[in-house]
Amino acid sequence: MTVVLEGRNITQDYHVSGGLFGGAKTVRAVKGINFSVEKGKTLAIVGESGSGKSTLARIIALIDAPSGGDLLIGSEKVDISQKRPGPEMRSRVQMVFQNPYGSLNPRQKIGSVLTEPLLINKPEISAEERRSLAEAMLVKVGLGPEHYNRYPHMFSGGQRQRIAIARALMLNPSLLVLDEPVSALDLSVQAQVLNLLADLQEEFGLTYVFVSHDLSVVRYIADDVMVISQGEAVEQGTREAVFANPTHPYTRQLFAATPVTDVEAIRARVAKRQAARAAV
Amino acid sequence: MAILKIRNLTVRFATSTGSFTAVDGIDTEVDRGEVLAIVGESGSGKSVSMLAVMGLLPDTATITADEMSYDGHDLLKMTKAERRQLIGREITMIFQEPIASLNPSFTVGFQIEEVLRLNLGLSRRDARARALELFKQVGIPSPEEKLGAYPHQMSGGQCQRVMIAMAIASKPRLLIADEPTTALDVTIQKQILDLLMSLQEEYGMALIMITHDMGVVAETADRVVVQYKGRKMEEADVLSLFEAPQHPYTRALLAALPENATGDRLPTVSDFFAEGAQ
Ligand SMILES: Nc1ncnc2c1ncn2[C@@H]1O[C@H](COP(=O)(O)OP(=O)(O)OP(=O)(O)O)[C@@H](O)[C@H]1O
Ligand SMILES: Nc1ncnc2c1ncn2[C@@H]1O[C@H](COP(=O)(O)OP(=O)(O)OP(=O)(O)O)[C@@H](O)[C@H]1O
Ligand SMILES: [Mg+2]
Ligand SMILES: [Mg+2]
Repeated sequence: MTVVLEGRNITQDYHVSGGLFGGAKTVRAVKGINFSVEKGKTLAIVGESGSGKSTLARIIALIDAPSGGDLLIGSEKVDISQKRPGPEMRSRVQMVFQNPYGSLNPRQKIGSVLTEPLLINKPEISAEERRSLAEAMLVKVGLGPEHYNRYPHMFSGGQRQRIAIARALMLNPSLLVLDEPVSALDLSVQAQVLNLLADLQEEFGLTYVFVSHDLSVVRYIADDVMVISQGEAVEQGTREAVFANPTHPYTRQLFAATPVTDVEAIRARVAKRQAARAAV
Repeated sequence: MAILKIRNLTVRFATSTGSFTAVDGIDTEVDRGEVLAIVGESGSGKSVSMLAVMGLLPDTATITADEMSYDGHDLLKMTKAERRQLIGREITMIFQEPIASLNPSFTVGFQIEEVLRLNLGLSRRDARARALELFKQVGIPSPEEKLGAYPHQMSGGQCQRVMIAMAIASKPRLLIADEPTTALDVTIQKQILDLLMSLQEEYGMALIMITHDMGVVAETADRVVVQYKGRKMEEADVLSLFEAPQHPYTRALLAALPENATGDRLPTVSDFFAEGAQ
């Protein structure tokens, strides 16, 4: 098996002005994380809100340079603070951002959002072909060619999330970093997107880094799981190992808090609520 | 007693390719102290129908309804000034994309204090104290420090909790929460849901919870409305919905839970409609 992504002792510091209270200070959001992912596999990153998942994801996707440590893509050490990634590297690594609205330009039509990466990185592709590739991609994520000329604000939350996924797939990346890509999707569309990702992985051997707080999604999609808490990897292993035998308290807490949808639990809750109301 | 009553609400958008009907004759009612969950496929008009109530749709939207009233007052006939008295105070909304609804140029502390000063008439000092208290309630870590942070310096889930804090600041009588916990892991989700439910019980607040998460529905709702393609497909009390879902889309929603995956593919709604057609 070939390792296509590796992180060695990655750290990230944020410098924050103290704002209303006290002076400036440095916050270490990622504290020396190591990982490696094999070609065609999915590493899921799980962890509490604010634990550093997006921070790490942005480093892996070559958006932000880490404060310390080494990032290897292929077997090549990549340091974007020294050298900006070229078009070849840019098309190889793509990211789906956690907040789709913020990552879309409100004045840019969706068609142009999708064709722009091609225009920049693969200028040999004709305009006509760009458009047909974009329309085909819209269909793949459950939208349609009729959406080509719309602006971002004309979409629902879940539709925008799918546009962000479509944009990232346009360049046929080999490594895709997805930050909570299905969190705003209803289960059926979520299923459609997860199926699409699984198909692409099978067909093209794509490698995924998949940030999610949803354990049922992680169980479905992951090969390996890394649990991070306060910037540290507190648990790392194969999906089977982590799900069968979670060792860190946070991981256990995650499992325990998963909402229950069984009818008896609902019946009990409804009865309790009715009793509380009757008592008023 | 219904606090919000909507009858035959239709919302159309003018688009370059003609008019598009996003909400098609929806009826909704929510009582004081009730929790109504709205579930439905992506793009089925959940957010748009509630933005219509808030008066926050763009000019390209045409809204018609036989009735849209809050506490007996006709929202359609209200002047802008009258509506402003309600919106943001008695009726508040947690928006679906938190970071897009925060202003990137101001600290989150400044933004929540603005809301408290303008809408509740608090002094600067009281607003600061209350903002801190709210940040603690929604579980933002190092709350003092985070009051001084800009939105881009907060994580996705932290921004979402800032929005929640703003929406509950005025102790609204009707809270519309649009996918309020999508960016939160289950442990924090539970804390937020418990908080919303306790506010709801304490003040008799009515809560409309838009969500795609059937776990959230199971843990909060009294009644559930299922929407599909701009229309209401099913409405039931929460127990009946889980016990005996009627509409194929509802059944698909419950079956598409990834934990129910059989083999390596997840079922989608079209699988269900195809089944129904056989
Ligand atoms: N640009 C920044 N400046 C200062 N602090 C930041 C910045 N970006 C993130 N942080 C802080 O770093 C920590 C980690 O943030 P990050 O966005 O990586 O969390 P996360 O695990 O993705 O959380 P969530 O699940 O809520 O999205 C948080 O406490 C956040 O407030
Ligand atoms: N300004 C607009 N112009 C044109 N169409 C719009 C506009 N705003 C929303 N729409 C369309 O209206 C439909 C309903 O959107 P809405 O945001 O209510 O969906 P939703 O049910 O909230 O979906 P999600 O679960 O994805 O958030 C969608 O098909 C969307 O594309
Ligand atoms: Mg994040
Ligand atoms: Mg919505």
